[in-house]
Amino acid sequence: MKARLSPSNLVMALVIAGLALLPLYTSLSGNVFVLTLFTRIVIFALAAVSLNLIMGYGGMMSFGHAAYLGIGGYAVGILAAEGIGSGFIQWPVALLASALFALVIGALSLRTRGVYFIMITLAFAQMAYYVASGLSRYGGDDGLTIYKRSNFAGIINLSDRVQFYYLCLACLSGGIYLVWRIVNSRFGLVVQGLRSNEQRMQAIGFPATRYRLVCFVISGVMCGLAGALLANNTDFVSPAMMYWTRSGDLMVMVILGGMGSLFGPMIGAIVYLVLEEFLSQVTEYWALIMGPLLLLIVLFGRGGIVGILGRFSRG
Amino acid sequence: MADPLLRVEKLVRRFGGIMATDHVSLDVDRGELHAIIGPNGAGKTTLISQLTGQLHPHSGTIHLAGTDITDTPAYRRSALGLARSFQITSLLKDFTALDNVALAAQAHDGHSFYFWSDARKENRLRGPALAALERVGLGQRADAVVSELSHGEQRELELAVALATKPQVLLLDEPMAGLGITESARMVKLLQELRREVTIVLVEHDMDAVFALADRISVLVYGRVIASGRPSEIRGNEEVKRAYLGEQHVVTRHV
Repeated sequence: MKARLSPSNLVMALVIAGLALLPLYTSLSGNVFVLTLFTRIVIFALAAVSLNLIMGYGGMMSFGHAAYLGIGGYAVGILAAEGIGSGFIQWPVALLASALFALVIGALSLRTRGVYFIMITLAFAQMAYYVASGLSRYGGDDGLTIYKRSNFAGIINLSDRVQFYYLCLACLSGGIYLVWRIVNSRFGLVVQGLRSNEQRMQAIGFPATRYRLVCFVISGVMCGLAGALLANNTDFVSPAMMYWTRSGDLMVMVILGGMGSLFGPMIGAIVYLVLEEFLSQVTEYWALIMGPLLLLIVLFGRGGIVGILGRFSRG
Repeated sequence: MADPLLRVEKLVRRFGGIMATDHVSLDVDRGELHAIIGPNGAGKTTLISQLTGQLHPHSGTIHLAGTDITDTPAYRRSALGLARSFQITSLLKDFTALDNVALAAQAHDGHSFYFWSDARKENRLRGPALAALERVGLGQRADAVVSELSHGEQRELELAVALATKPQVLLLDEPMAGLGITESARMVKLLQELRREVTIVLVEHDMDAVFALADRISVLVYGRVIASGRPSEIRGNEEVKRAYLGEQHVVTRHV
């Protein structure tokens, strides 16, 4: 990946600069709403980036990725409810729980391909959803309010809007950087090779499942982190976080922005959530506008928004 | 005589009621080029797929250098020194030619759980990969994406990928399939060079190529080996002539 100043790179650079400078804008204009919106967007962008790792690069169409949002979120929420407020405990537990869930789900679902894989990941996520609904001690269907955000012993104050925003942005940047390292590494090439032609990869000597599984777990952990952030952002966790439509939202963000591109999922999350926000202010039937728009991009813009920008820059 | 490098004994594979491989026994000695011929549907690809582990036989055994590999999965057979090329080109289409070969080299350089450093900058992978590409005459096309390569180039790339795994036995499933006359001639020349370095099992329709290259030929008809021997013996075998050579040979002569 060489850095060239093509229009698409220019757009990425502008978006990143915009995200980095956003708190400055809010403090000057006093418009806090934008910061709140973009904190949410950045968190979902991280979730989309994690999904893109398995879906875009690995060819594993997981339709249950929101489960990790829920698991990461509930790890924070449940520990908070039990009086353990330290982020140094909450967050590692969130990541570990996500890893464990991904390991089990992956080990079972990666035996299948195509539609079956989609269905099995969906089924497991729905299972997680119903388990959360059944946790009556932790609010059941109604969800669980988190009265105190994760406490990081004064290093960072999550209740401070700007600090929290920058923490989310740092996690997103870290996530994108990690994916960039991974996809160009030996491991990443194997995973992408398996997406391209599994039979060939087996014939030259790669055991497919263990590489896919590790990729699946990395992705799950990254999304679990997004879940921990999301719980702190909303001060609330509920089963709805892992409902299948949430998984669908994540998939749409990835496809919209550009599957298998580094910044695509981030762009997709921004466009999707900003559109959702503004269209829903205009009309109750915002989905009627969003739907056709998505269709157009998927039908005519292969490679999503990033793909369109790329073609534009090649002329 | 020493143990054969590859020994197949009484291999059976059925598809429903059809015996695709009917008690096939076959020895391939180290250093020889063993051709397998037979009319369409004789079960040649089925046999190759069992040798590489993509298909599992219903009975019988396969030994590689004395080790029973009948139940060994495909990826591990590759580690043991079996490499194949596919009859229908099977490559990583969205990767470059060099990436394809470098991945084959990587597969035989320990595990691939390295997540950080750029694999495309590793000389220990790129070097041998480029050498393999040059070996088959694709050195100039290293950075071309596979989908942009011509059919002939893709066939050569198949070979380079197989070579990069440093195989003991090369299983070539119709490497000449779909090639033009000049491309075929180039491939024959290439195989003539390669055979000095590696044991080859060659499945091929092009009879001129087979008789020019093979040390021994086994003739497969309806899943059974009806004859096995030196080219001159096969040429003179009446049963083979009836079953196969007659029409086919005439056809290739016209070309």
